[in-house]
Amino acid sequence: MSAPAPSMYSSQAKAMAEKLGLKMGRANLEEFADTLLSVARANRNILALTSDSRGSGKLGPFAQALPDQIVELGIAEQNLVGVAAGLASAGKTAYAVSPACFLTARALEQIKNDVAYSDQPVKLIGISAGVSYGALGSTHHSLHDFASLRAINNIDIVAPADNLETREVVRQSADRRIPVYIRFGKAPLYDLNATATVFELGKSITLRAGTDIAFIATGETVIHAILAAGALAESGVTSRVISMHTVKPLDVQAVLKAGRQCRAIVTVEEHSVFGGLGEACAAVLMQASISVPFKIAAFPDEHTVTGSQADIFRHYGISMEGLACRAQTLLRQDAQ
Amino acid sequence: MNLSDHDLALKSVAYRRSMLRCIKHAGAGHTGGGLSCIDILNVLYNRILRVSPETFADPGRDRYIQSKGHCVEALYVVLADRGFFPEEKLQTLCQYDSPFVGHPTRAVPGIEHNTGALGHGLSVAVGAAIAGKKDRRDFRVYVLMGDGELAEGSNWEAAMAASHYSLDNLIAIVDHNTLQISGRTRDVCSNEPLDEKFRAFGWQVQSVDGHNFNELTAALAPCDDIRKPRVVIANAVKGKGISFMQDVAKWHHGVPDAAEYAAAMRDLDDAMVHLARTIGAGK
Repeated sequence: MSAPAPSMYSSQAKAMAEKLGLKMGRANLEEFADTLLSVARANRNILALTSDSRGSGKLGPFAQALPDQIVELGIAEQNLVGVAAGLASAGKTAYAVSPACFLTARALEQIKNDVAYSDQPVKLIGISAGVSYGALGSTHHSLHDFASLRAINNIDIVAPADNLETREVVRQSADRRIPVYIRFGKAPLYDLNATATVFELGKSITLRAGTDIAFIATGETVIHAILAAGALAESGVTSRVISMHTVKPLDVQAVLKAGRQCRAIVTVEEHSVFGGLGEACAAVLMQASISVPFKIAAFPDEHTVTGSQADIFRHYGISMEGLACRAQTLLRQDAQ
Repeated sequence: MNLSDHDLALKSVAYRRSMLRCIKHAGAGHTGGGLSCIDILNVLYNRILRVSPETFADPGRDRYIQSKGHCVEALYVVLADRGFFPEEKLQTLCQYDSPFVGHPTRAVPGIEHNTGALGHGLSVAVGAAIAGKKDRRDFRVYVLMGDGELAEGSNWEAAMAASHYSLDNLIAIVDHNTLQISGRTRDVCSNEPLDEKFRAFGWQVQSVDGHNFNELTAALAPCDDIRKPRVVIANAVKGKGISFMQDVAKWHHGVPDAAEYAAAMRDLDDAMVHLARTIGAGK
């Protein structure tokens, strides 16, 4: 019998989720696969491209239902992206699906030249992103992808926080003329937007109102910020929680508002501290002459600790407890 | 349009003149490789490709992707001749805010894909060819690669995919001039024998003289009974047509000085005189 997988959530975090009325959804990966199948059924022009990744991309049912709309390219990510660009050049809506670690590193030159520079509206789907592959080690981690793609002109970067955001970004990306990179993980996630929310690429979603601390989080770290906000509320601290699903183009106005209205800001991302959401927000604030206690909660510049995704998150404080603690430290700094 | 070999020969001399003129004017360009592939482009654009300025937006057009993007000056000259833009525009080559940069971009009418980094064109061509199959269109996709470029591993990923999908609407051409920037390809990092490699990857292979219009035409023409991707290995000479540039690696991106430019133009004048004589002799 194998050991049970360590949970992403402590028992206190689970209790907080329950208190906040959050329901556990499924993995964004599964939501993606089902959504892609449903949009592709309605539009034969949509193709899914895989690099021996149909299993890890949960695209088995897609391949069975729409065998003419899946293009398998084998373990060859550079060719995957080049072929996607060629398909797009001939009018196809191409979703290139591959583990984020390989897609955005090995095929980076194809993304830069054949997709972004050549203006081909390819949809790059980075599966099992961040440290989703946890214990498989750093070859399988993508903690560089925001940084490398942010420096490339003409590509949007999206990290959906829950099933709703995933569904919407996959649907909305189909008709977009701008290339897009969408990355998500494979662990089940709480649903965050129980109420109807208008999802728009490039426009963040404020999930909770507050003026003491602002959490600006992206992707699958947003839930931890929500839970931290719940924990902080118990000691009278109000938290604004912003789901910055689109890392580029950044919702600059939301960042500026948070900087002007809140006492401190914590940014949260499943990415290196370098070149990601945190530095993007810091640059916006600095250039607007807004000075506010500010902390980037992300992965430090070191060989990543070994362990499962849950272990790694906990180690680096991407957790309810870790984020609440960072917020308190910043607020103390603000009070001094 | 039925152009004789003699007509094409005249065009090639004119193309070489225009190409050298714009490289000289810009003070930059890939001279040797452009001279090497210009006869291939001549045959493609004047005999093979079903594409014109009027049909360039047509989803059924033939596609040409120049993977060896550095030889863009040759492509610019041929596209100008085919009416995609006025040739005078080439005077802006490599100048501030000009679309005519040193590698192909879609900002220039007639160009299908932005290239420049090597080892990209074949994958993109595979994608376009798969789209053609899916949509049951009869267009063909042609892609030109350099022999030195074949050291990029991505080409072989694409070569595998092309034969896996039996892309008989894809025709690759290798400008096999055996030279790259540092010297002989076989000395830099040998990739011979190219024909056997492509055969092993499931391609139909044909080797031709890269400066022989008849051979190029026969090899590049549509062929309905081969159900696999085709590669035409065009044995060419880098710097072809200019006596002191031929088969000399330093002309990879060499720009002629005033005396060299004058000497090059004299070579092309001589070629023109020779062509006039051969037509006079009924050839």
